[in-house]
Amino acid sequence: MKHTLSVLLQNKPGVLSRVTGLFSGRGFNIESLCVAETLDPKVSCLTVITKGDNAIIEQITKQLHKLIDVIKVVDIDEGEFVEREMVLIRVNAEEHTRAEVLRIIDIFRGKVVDVSPNSYAIEVTGSSSKIEAIIDILRPIGIQEIVRTGKIAIARGRASKKGVT
Amino acid sequence: MSQISGAQAIVKCLLEENVDTIFGYPGGAVIDLYDELSNCPDLTHVLVRHEQAAVHAADGYARVTGEVGVALLTSGPGATNGVTGIATAYMDSIPIVILTGQVPTPLIGNDAFQEVDIVGITRPCTKHNYLVNSKEELVEVMREAFHVARTGRPGPVLVDLPKDIIKDGIEFEDRKPIRMQSYQPNYEPHMGQVEKACRLITEARKPVLYVGGGVILSDGATELTELATKLNIPVTMTLMGLGAFPGHHELSMGMLGMHGTYTANMAVAESDLLISVGARFDDRVTGKLDTFATNAKIIHIDIDPTSISKNVKVDVPIVADCKKALTAMNSWFNNQQDISVEAEKAKHQDWFNKITNWQELHPLGYQDEGEQIKPQYVVEMLDKLTNGDAIVATEVGQHQMWAAQFYRFSDPRRFLTSGGLGTMGYGFPAAIGAKLARPDKICIDIAGDGSIQMNIQELATARQYNTPVKIAILNNQFLGMVRQWQELFYDKRYASTVMDIAPDFVKLAQAYGAVGLRATKKSEVEDVIKEALAVDNTVLMDFKISREEGVFPMVPAGKSNTEMLLV
Ligand SMILES: Cc1ncc(C[n+]2csc(CCOP(=O)(O)OP(=O)(O)O)c2C)c(N)n1
Ligand SMILES: [Mg+2]
Repeated sequence: MKHTLSVLLQNKPGVLSRVTGLFSGRGFNIESLCVAETLDPKVSCLTVITKGDNAIIEQITKQLHKLIDVIKVVDIDEGEFVEREMVLIRVNAEEHTRAEVLRIIDIFRGKVVDVSPNSYAIEVTGSSSKIEAIIDILRPIGIQEIVRTGKIAIARGRASKKGVT
Repeated sequence: MSQISGAQAIVKCLLEENVDTIFGYPGGAVIDLYDELSNCPDLTHVLVRHEQAAVHAADGYARVTGEVGVALLTSGPGATNGVTGIATAYMDSIPIVILTGQVPTPLIGNDAFQEVDIVGITRPCTKHNYLVNSKEELVEVMREAFHVARTGRPGPVLVDLPKDIIKDGIEFEDRKPIRMQSYQPNYEPHMGQVEKACRLITEARKPVLYVGGGVILSDGATELTELATKLNIPVTMTLMGLGAFPGHHELSMGMLGMHGTYTANMAVAESDLLISVGARFDDRVTGKLDTFATNAKIIHIDIDPTSISKNVKVDVPIVADCKKALTAMNSWFNNQQDISVEAEKAKHQDWFNKITNWQELHPLGYQDEGEQIKPQYVVEMLDKLTNGDAIVATEVGQHQMWAAQFYRFSDPRRFLTSGGLGTMGYGFPAAIGAKLARPDKICIDIAGDGSIQMNIQELATARQYNTPVKIAILNNQFLGMVRQWQELFYDKRYASTVMDIAPDFVKLAQAYGAVGLRATKKSEVEDVIKEALAVDNTVLMDFKISREEGVFPMVPAGKSNTEMLLV
C-alpha cells in the first residue's frame, strides 16, 4: 500500500541524507520525495511517498522518529488530505498544433511559462492522476522534456493530524 | 567574559561531564587539543596503538561504569580506523562520544590532506553525529553529544572538530539545561500497559523472562531479580543480557538462541507467556521466526519503539526504561489487593519442575579427554578461581560462546562482548578500558588465537599504563567458529580457517614486557591461571586446547530453536 508521510525536520545540513540513508540502509522504498522550508525557517517539511504493508510503514515511521533531527512524523493517509504535484513540460508547438496545445492546457488549467518558435513550456498543477492525464494527451504531439516536483500533501481542516511518537 | 580557545572549551566540556579518562591517538588535526590536554591534570589520556582500540577501550570503559566513554582521533585515517569501534558500540547501544579532528573549515570539501567525510561515513552507525560548523556552536554541540549518547537508548555520538574551530577563541557560556525540540526520550511506562502485562502474568502458567542488554543499560538487574524471584519465573538471557540475573540462581536457565542451553530453548518454545525485557528478538536468538515461541503471548518492554514489533508481533508493548517498567510491575504485584504473591508463585511450580528436569537431562557439558585441555574447562577454572566476579571481555568466535556458557556471571556490567556486530579484536582493548575504569577488579580477555591478533599491538598500551589485564587465549590454531560451520555444513572443507602459522604468544608477550604463560596439558591449567592472577602485570596465557572442539548445543542458522545439535 502507498503511504504519504509528512515529516518535520530540523533545517540543518545533512538532515536529508539522514532520511534517505535510513530508507536505503533499511531497504525501504521511496516513490517520491519533496523537501522545503516551513513557516519556521529552522524547520523543513519533507513529504515522502513510500510503499509497504502496515508493519513496514510502522517501522518506517518509528525509525524516522528515532532520528534525532526529526521533530514529527505524520502518516497523512490516516485522515483526509489534499495532495498536489507540479509538472513543467516542454511540448512541440508547430504552426498546425499550437491551437490544439493551448486548448489542452486550458482544459487542464495549465499555464504557458515559456515560448519558443516551435515549442511551449507549460506548467500544470494537480493530483498525480491529473498530471499523468495531461502527459498522456500531449505525448502524441511530441513532448521534449518533463520535470516533475513529486507530491506534496496537506491534511484537510485543522493542522491536527496525530504525530507518530 | 574572557575568551578561551576551542581546545580549552572542549576540555572544560569533558570535565563538566565528569570525564576522567579518554582514549586516543594524535595527529595534525587534533594537535592543538593534545597540547591543551597535556595541561590538564584532571584528564588522563590513554595513548593506544591503533584507533580502533581507542574506541573499543572507551566502549569497555562505558560498559563497566555506565558512564559515557570518550575517544579522540585525528582526521582522515585516524577517524576511519575508528569506524569498526563505533559500529560495534552502535550495535550494542553503548554510550560513547568520539571526537574526531577535521581539516580547517575553509578546506572542507576540497580533498584536503587527511580529509574524510567522517560524518557521512558514520551516519548509519552512530546514534547521532555532528560536524561543528562554527565556533559559536562548539560548546552546545559538545554538551548535546553527551546528552544524546547517554539518554534514551544509549549509543555512540561522533563530533567532528575542524582544526580552525579547535584553535579559535570563543566565549564559554555556563551550562544550562539541554532542550532539544526533536529529541525527548520517554522513560516512564504507561500504567495501563503495565497493568495489562501484570494481568497477563497472572493468567500464565508457563512464563519465561527473556532479558537482554537493556536491563543492564538501565541498571535494572535488581528489579529484574525481584520480579523473577517474587513470582518464581525462570529467566533466560541473551548474550548481551548475561549478568542481568545471577547465573547460579536456580531460576537461571542461562543463554538462549543459537548456542543457548537446551533448557532455555525448550522453555521458550513451550512457554505460554514470554516477558521480554530490553531484548530485541535478534535472529541469533529466535532462530526460525515462525517457530519461535509460538504458544506464547508476548510482553515486550523496551525503551526503543523501533525494537517493538520489528521481528515478532507483540501482545503488550511497553515503551519505557526497563528499570522503571520493572519497578512498576513489582509494585503492582506488591500492592494489588486481589493478588497474593504466594499464590502467583505457586502457579509456576509445575513449570519450574519441568525446567529443572530439562536442566538435569541436558546440562551444558563437554567430554573430558585425559590430559587434553578442553576450552570449557579453562573457562570453568577461570570462573572458579575468580569466584564468578571478574570482568570478562571476549573476542568473537567459539571462545566467546564458551565464555558465555561456562562463566556464570553473578552481576551486571561484568561481561563485555561484541554481541551485535561480532567484532574480532574487541575484547582486549575493551578489557584495558575496563581495567582502567575498575582497577579493583580482575579483568580477563577470553580470546581466540585468531582474534587476539587483530589488536595484539595493545600489549604496548597495557604495559605503558601498567594495566594488568589477563588474556586467556583458547588456542585451537583455527578460526574455530568458522571451522565449526565448515565441519558441520561444508563437509569439513576448512577453507582459510587453519591458523597454524602464528607467533609464539609467550615470547610475543615477553617482547612487549608482559608475562607469557603456557599450558599444554589439563593438569597445568589451574596453576597457570593462579600464577597469572598473582602477577601484577599484563599476562598472556596461551592454552593449547583440543583443536576441533565444537560449541554445543547449536541451532543451525535458519532452523527452529528446538532443532538443537547436542554434544
Ligand atoms: C573482524 C571480523 N572478521 C571476521 C569475522 C568472522 N569470524 C567470526 S568467528 C571467526 C573465527 C575467530 O577465530 P578465533 O579468534 O581463533 O576464535 P575461535 O572461534 O577459534 O575460538 C571469524 C573469522 C568476525 N567476526 N570479525
Ligand atoms: Mg581459534
